[in-house]
Amino acid sequence: MSKTTNILLAGVGGQGVLLASQLLTAAALASGCDVKQSEVHGMSQRGGSVTSHVRFGEEVHAPVIEPGTADFLLGFERLETLRNAHCVAPGGMIIYNTMRINPSTVASGVAEYPEGIAARVDRYAGKVHPVDGLGIAERAGNARAANTVMVGAISRFLTFPDDLWERVIRETLPAKLVDINLTAFNLGREAVAA
Amino acid sequence: MAEKAILSGNEAIARGAWEAGVRLASAYPGTPSTEILENVATYKDIYSEWAPNEKVALEVGVGSAIAGARTLVAMKHVGINVAADPLFTLSYTGVGGGLVLVSADDPAMHSSQNEQDNRNYGKFAKIPVIEPTDSQEAKDFVAIALDISERFDTPVLYRTTTRISHSKSIVTFGARREAERQPLLEKNMPKYTMLPAFARMKHPLVEERLLKLKAFAEETPLNRVEMRDPAVGIITHGISYQNVREALPEASILRLGMTYPLPEKMIREFAAKVDKLYIIEELDPFIEELVRLMGVTVHHGKDLFPICGEFSPAMIRELVAGAAADLPAAAEGLPARPPAFCPGCSHRGIFTILKKLKVFVSGDIGCYTLGALPPIQALHSCVCMGASIGMAHGMTHVLPPTDDLSQKTVAVIGDSTFWHSGMTGLLDAIYNKGTSVIMILDNRTTGMTGGQENPGTGRTLMGEDTITADITALARAFGVPEVVEIDPYDLKDIEDTLRAELAKPKLSVVVVKAPCVLRYRVSKPPLKVDVDKCTGCKRCLQVSCNALGLVVEGEKSYVQIDQNLCIGCTVCQQMCKFDAIS
Repeated sequence: MSKTTNILLAGVGGQGVLLASQLLTAAALASGCDVKQSEVHGMSQRGGSVTSHVRFGEEVHAPVIEPGTADFLLGFERLETLRNAHCVAPGGMIIYNTMRINPSTVASGVAEYPEGIAARVDRYAGKVHPVDGLGIAERAGNARAANTVMVGAISRFLTFPDDLWERVIRETLPAKLVDINLTAFNLGREAVAA
Repeated sequence: MAEKAILSGNEAIARGAWEAGVRLASAYPGTPSTEILENVATYKDIYSEWAPNEKVALEVGVGSAIAGARTLVAMKHVGINVAADPLFTLSYTGVGGGLVLVSADDPAMHSSQNEQDNRNYGKFAKIPVIEPTDSQEAKDFVAIALDISERFDTPVLYRTTTRISHSKSIVTFGARREAERQPLLEKNMPKYTMLPAFARMKHPLVEERLLKLKAFAEETPLNRVEMRDPAVGIITHGISYQNVREALPEASILRLGMTYPLPEKMIREFAAKVDKLYIIEELDPFIEELVRLMGVTVHHGKDLFPICGEFSPAMIRELVAGAAADLPAAAEGLPARPPAFCPGCSHRGIFTILKKLKVFVSGDIGCYTLGALPPIQALHSCVCMGASIGMAHGMTHVLPPTDDLSQKTVAVIGDSTFWHSGMTGLLDAIYNKGTSVIMILDNRTTGMTGGQENPGTGRTLMGEDTITADITALARAFGVPEVVEIDPYDLKDIEDTLRAELAKPKLSVVVVKAPCVLRYRVSKPPLKVDVDKCTGCKRCLQVSCNALGLVVEGEKSYVQIDQNLCIGCTVCQQMCKFDAIS
């Protein structure tokens, strides 16, 4: 555990990026790591770009991940994934939800949503896992659980014990949402090949 | 084993207040400070409240402290400007029970209108400044700050920045320690009644107190030397301490937890032990100027590091060690994703019409400030909380009478901002015979900060029912003859009302009433586009709703409505000339 693990989460305000960060930090804490997480609230909540930084290891100082040092980029929307792809370290991994959410600039017709995002994302990392997060969440029973699908996907590549995740989900989420999120988590975990 | 949790700096400050025996906490919401009081409210041993503005919040705190209770007051950096009047004289009266004033500064202006460095207030008001470097310290320093407040009879300015307030790290909990002193009123006029004769006696005591605090700064564990390689010595504080540790793990550090007044002896000794002395602090050269005044040689400070914005470990590494990282380039040509009005937001229709009328919109601070962003771009000034009405009034008094709408002013202000400090602007405008149109957007919440209660919501921070202050009745009581209430989802009515009010040579108040759809979870069935009727004219897109999107299929283009986002507000439907949305 000597090296710090850096996970950058990127998505759109309202997608539950912060809840996903909470699950990751809770898992890190329960495994005995030092952990820091950073985000910015306020104006970004209103449909703007959102990032959250999760860092854990033996001793963590700075709360923010620097460009070029993220071990994982966990993207919740494909344009936001590309926007943050340069933050991934050499040898790092990108796991992202392929869903599209129009920015206000696109919704109002003043800009176009870029084509060919997948190919451009691929250029930033050797290991890239696109995930149909929205489709999987809908199969789990709630489109809003796409964030937990993505946590399930990244969980494959983190070295926390398997039974830890269920405990963390039960402790973090309100009781009535636990079952759907456990399903979403497990489907997400199965959606990527380790 | 003591209980541990991952807390944000703000959550940790709330926990620290509880553990330190605080009995009263007051604040006005403002990013990045808001969660402090939201979390204090979860501890039932503390009476907590949202005050209508920061000045009142501090005055409530002063009363509580004079009555002998440990007290916490919190606000964002610009809130201290509002509270500066009581603050500067509180420095003279001193406290009774300890009083900590949290100032949450916002370097890089993530959610603020300026980037002021509130350590300057410590020096200006002659009070100590305390700054934590992570959430554990954010909790622990509250008790230390209260002890300092009581020991030296002074308010303590407790400064965080966005990255301290909104970053989470591990915190070990402690138990609540009740203050030994019980609240009791003490009638001590020379101490608390700042008439000139009494204030003249107090000022020398304030200067003496600063000398005592300087001596205290040398001995408090808040300030700490970490000797490593003496080649580079860095004086730093707050979040910069963490960034320095990350960037330069071998550097020696003088870590200041108390950044005013400074420990001169400790600084001289540290400077003598290192080859090169750096001072690394975001925003103003606050420490640097004071250290240079001591005659200590500073090799590098603001000659290298910027005054504007936040620092990163990479920046520190590069500027101190000259090690520039070779980074991959960010993807270019991507459309920006600025924040926007939520789908269904009651502000959307108002700004659609304000844009159409081409009036000058004197704006204010809240979600509606987003009306300045593309594609709406119909909010033409925004200075500080409550300023919209006074500014519009000033404009109408110097502009010649005209029928040209582009030379007319509409002030736009939200309910919480109106209660904060718009009320006094309205009083001025009606008292001094103003002629502007003032729109008060009452969505029954303090929206931009996440939906807090305010005097118009009928609920308190602690979740109790209370009065619902009435904007229309208040405007009438001020003597405004024309107060019109309108529905923000009826575009024609908004336009007709505004045109009529703008044509009148007198002041009018238009109160727009509709609940915040996010806060109150308002939702109706989503609308759909009839693709055969839609011509792709993009008129509906002018309302800037994220639920809408243009689809281009060869020659044919049409608008699609995201069924997961639309809440059926009908504003886009009213824009459509082809009856394609239903």
